[in-house]
Amino acid sequence: MNETAACKPARRRTLGWVLLEFLGSMNLAITLLVVLAIASIIGTVLQQNQPYPDYILKFGPFWFEVFKNLGLYSVYGAGWFIAILAGLILSTSVCLYRQVPGMWREMVRFRTTVEADSLRGFQQQAEWRLPDGDANATLAILTGAFHRRGYRWRLQDHGDHQVIAAMKGRYNRLGYLFTHAAIIVIGIGGLLDGDLWLKLKEWRGELAVETRDLSAREVPPISRLAPGVLPAFRGNVRLPEGSIANFVFVRLRDGFLVQELPFAVELKDFQVAYYDTGQPKSFVSEVLIHDQDHLGDQPLAATIKVNHPLVYRGYAIYQSDFGDGGSKLDLKAWPLATARLEPVEAKGEIGGVIKVGGPTPGALSLELDDFRLFNLLPEPDAQPGDRKFRNFGPSIAFKLRDAAGEAREYLNYMAPVSMEGRWFYLSGMRARPGAPFSYLHIPVDANNSPERFLRFNARLRDADGLQKLLTQPVADGQNPDFQRDLIRVRLSLVDLFIQGGFMAITEKAKAVAPAERLQEATVLYLNLLREALAEVFIDTLRQEGVNVDQELGERENVFFNDALSALAALPAYGSPFYLQLTGFQQVEASGLQVTYSGGTVVVYAGFALLILGVFLMFYTSHCRLWAWLASEDDAVRLILAGTGNRRPLEFAGEFAELRAGLEQRLRLLIPSPSPTSLNETD
Amino acid sequence: MAATREALLEESWDQPVRWPWLTVSDALWALLVLAGSGYAYWLYQSYMDGYEVAIQIGATLALIGWGQYWPPARTFTLAVTGLTVLALWRYGADYELRKSAFLLKYLLESQAAFMWMSTLYVLATVTYFAALFSRSDFIGKTATALTWSATVMGMTGLLVRWRESYLLGADIGHIPVSNLYEVFILFALITALLYLFYEERTRTRAMGGFVLLIISGAVAFLLWYTFGRQAHHIQPLIPALQSYWMKIHVPANFIGYGAFALAAMLGVAYLLRDWAESHRPAGLLTRVLPPAALLDEVMYKAIALGFAAFTIATILGALWAAEAWGGYWSWDPKETWALIVWLNYAAWLHLRLTKGRRGTPMAWWAVIGLFVTLFAFIGVNMFLSGLHSYGSL
Repeated sequence: MNETAACKPARRRTLGWVLLEFLGSMNLAITLLVVLAIASIIGTVLQQNQPYPDYILKFGPFWFEVFKNLGLYSVYGAGWFIAILAGLILSTSVCLYRQVPGMWREMVRFRTTVEADSLRGFQQQAEWRLPDGDANATLAILTGAFHRRGYRWRLQDHGDHQVIAAMKGRYNRLGYLFTHAAIIVIGIGGLLDGDLWLKLKEWRGELAVETRDLSAREVPPISRLAPGVLPAFRGNVRLPEGSIANFVFVRLRDGFLVQELPFAVELKDFQVAYYDTGQPKSFVSEVLIHDQDHLGDQPLAATIKVNHPLVYRGYAIYQSDFGDGGSKLDLKAWPLATARLEPVEAKGEIGGVIKVGGPTPGALSLELDDFRLFNLLPEPDAQPGDRKFRNFGPSIAFKLRDAAGEAREYLNYMAPVSMEGRWFYLSGMRARPGAPFSYLHIPVDANNSPERFLRFNARLRDADGLQKLLTQPVADGQNPDFQRDLIRVRLSLVDLFIQGGFMAITEKAKAVAPAERLQEATVLYLNLLREALAEVFIDTLRQEGVNVDQELGERENVFFNDALSALAALPAYGSPFYLQLTGFQQVEASGLQVTYSGGTVVVYAGFALLILGVFLMFYTSHCRLWAWLASEDDAVRLILAGTGNRRPLEFAGEFAELRAGLEQRLRLLIPSPSPTSLNETD
Repeated sequence: MAATREALLEESWDQPVRWPWLTVSDALWALLVLAGSGYAYWLYQSYMDGYEVAIQIGATLALIGWGQYWPPARTFTLAVTGLTVLALWRYGADYELRKSAFLLKYLLESQAAFMWMSTLYVLATVTYFAALFSRSDFIGKTATALTWSATVMGMTGLLVRWRESYLLGADIGHIPVSNLYEVFILFALITALLYLFYEERTRTRAMGGFVLLIISGAVAFLLWYTFGRQAHHIQPLIPALQSYWMKIHVPANFIGYGAFALAAMLGVAYLLRDWAESHRPAGLLTRVLPPAALLDEVMYKAIALGFAAFTIATILGALWAAEAWGGYWSWDPKETWALIVWLNYAAWLHLRLTKGRRGTPMAWWAVIGLFVTLFAFIGVNMFLSGLHSYGSL
């Protein structure tokens, strides 16, 4: 593959020889390097190891299958990718196998047999004819000069001439050896730590990926791995505070395996600390390791933090993520679609499901998904470009699933949030997973509660109450028919509004008014509606005990407008109740990753070899010098030549210095006449 | 006669040619660095754990070695240290002084220092090109001086920012190599230092404009990032970055990035020269551009240095990942792109070292290599999501 290969005599071209030649060729090596680089890009562009449904959604069923068969969802474990890697390792091995003997010779042999003419062909060379020269003294000067510059030398007497061959920096040749051996060593280590063993077991039918949603206990033995069966694994487990586990889940394609551990991990406590700015500062798990065989009854207490894993018996336990471990919640469900005023109180737990409306068919199920104590969100009132954050406080995320299995997701904040100086209870809703939430803004009343709005809403859905409230005579002395019509219109407008928001009102106007009077009709309807709603609102306030005899204050007006916006948004909200979080007891869960990688030592040895090799290769230079001496007539002919395999400029400089130094000394040796330099090679 | 001859022959043969670390100034340099490092240790030891003390010892030795190997580094270090000490002395313990104290506000506060750095680098770029075309030695020296000044200001700014982060709060303090903003400054500084080294070694300033162009590019990005995105604020460290590994992994990486960027810009100069030679053999460009052999040689040296640094950086990254992410290799986009960069330059070096390839294709490859490197450096953060998403735009 380099200089030495060229010197080898051509051997008989057997098939094996051709194969070896191909595998060890530089062209193949460079091709593999580039192909590997390009293939690696795939897995960075396509997110790896995602749940399969995500890929189906992204690519459609046809391309999903194609990409699946190409192994693109876990490309770095795909057969063809491993084949490229294996090809690179094989090519490197063959290269090493073919080069090492030559390299070794190059390192240890001084090459004392050289022709004068070949030395004259070197780029760095000089030649002198020394009249009355003393060969031995010249030799002494030369060897001294070589030694002084750190060269080791050998002298060989060829009878008619003598050759001193010198070299230094021969460890440069080890650079080649080390770097290439390092690639093989790292490759082998990586293979030990890869999922090849797992695939092998799968292929032999000893292992099957579990794709059902089962708890660890229920997973059948065919999907379980005993400790020590694999030389390496990476698994995760989420432990709520106070719980204990002696297994981890290993994700594989569209399912998982259960890897058993030879010890159990108990999570005593999980803590998240925050900076003043609200950004997380640390995630800390306090754990106990239970291991009867090695620890007896005395468990080992340890702290696991990000960047500070616990290594126990070769197993490394990392802080990898966190979540809710079943926080207990106090909930109030305020009816939104009926005239009922009183909320239903309930207790729930994250991860649990509550059947709404009892076990009747068609009932909604409320799935409590997540609780968060802190919600650091971009400041809603911030100027554009201003990167400020605000803590929105505790929140719950839940789903409402109907009998058909369709679900809407909700995200409710416990405490009201101030926006543009007003306070709202926020509830986000989305009908599709991953879509952005649209928020319902429930205005906050004087008691800092959503109650006033909810009462107002309930009043609007109380047909009898509305009838009574809105049929009070409007004005004296008016046409009774007109009054009756007016009342009927008002009632129907309120009804339309609560069923369909402002849209329903404009639709109604469109239905009854001719096009040229549409705007007039819409304004009239909206005014009538607003008046009617205001009456209901004032009555709501009256019931609350607010003095409404005088004109409403600014606060009430603002509240009324915000309430109308919220009411208009209710039809799209899609939940028959507003779920208020009134209390909680947080139970956190720590996501721990447990890994075992038997190949680490091998890989790290490869790393050391690689670094050493790279530096030897670039920053040392294998330099050789030759001095060829022959006595002719009454003179001594001296040829000096040299070569350095790296850093030719530096070597040229060194050679020039050497030559100058030698010339000075040779002049001392032969005082007169001065030695004639036969050529200059600048 | 014979006696003199023999005496002379005997006398000096056993002595090595150079025994570099025994000159007075070398010893003084080493003592000075040791003293400075010791003082810093005495001041700040309470903030450091064992690993960090080890890193400090390593950095001290590296600094001694650097000044030994390349004397201009001593002047540079002294200037940066002087300015930094001045700034820290002026600050005392009051971060708010950055807005009021004249010396800080207009010169040494980190933002001010970075603005000086930016201005000086852009000036230096223009000046290098002026020197190239005017072939004036004086303008060339001015360009070099501007580059040195910019680098001194930038390095001072980084060190002052390090201290400022502690003034913000003891739990916020960290080395300023933790986000895209900070490492862009580091990138500019390291690229400039590498260039200044090659300038001094090759005794030519003709490459300066080209290298300073990419530094000016980094400066342009920094200015946009500061004023367009307000990214210059000191942010506390997220848990994943709270590790001593950051102190060695990031700088090692940027020696690699800087060297690759430098090589690519020399590649541009090479291609320009190549074009000029074939189209305008007697033209101005052919006369002023550095000789192809020199460009080729420095390009190789930069790539070799970058490759060595990048190898170390990637290995350090793997060791860190084994502590933070559950394994030394996870095929995370950043890791994978680091591998791609490594493979790319490995292929380049194979062609150059074993096949002896030089010339236009290799220069093109070095230029394309910059784009691969840039993608690994910024593109991954911009377009791909992964564990290593610390510097998003």
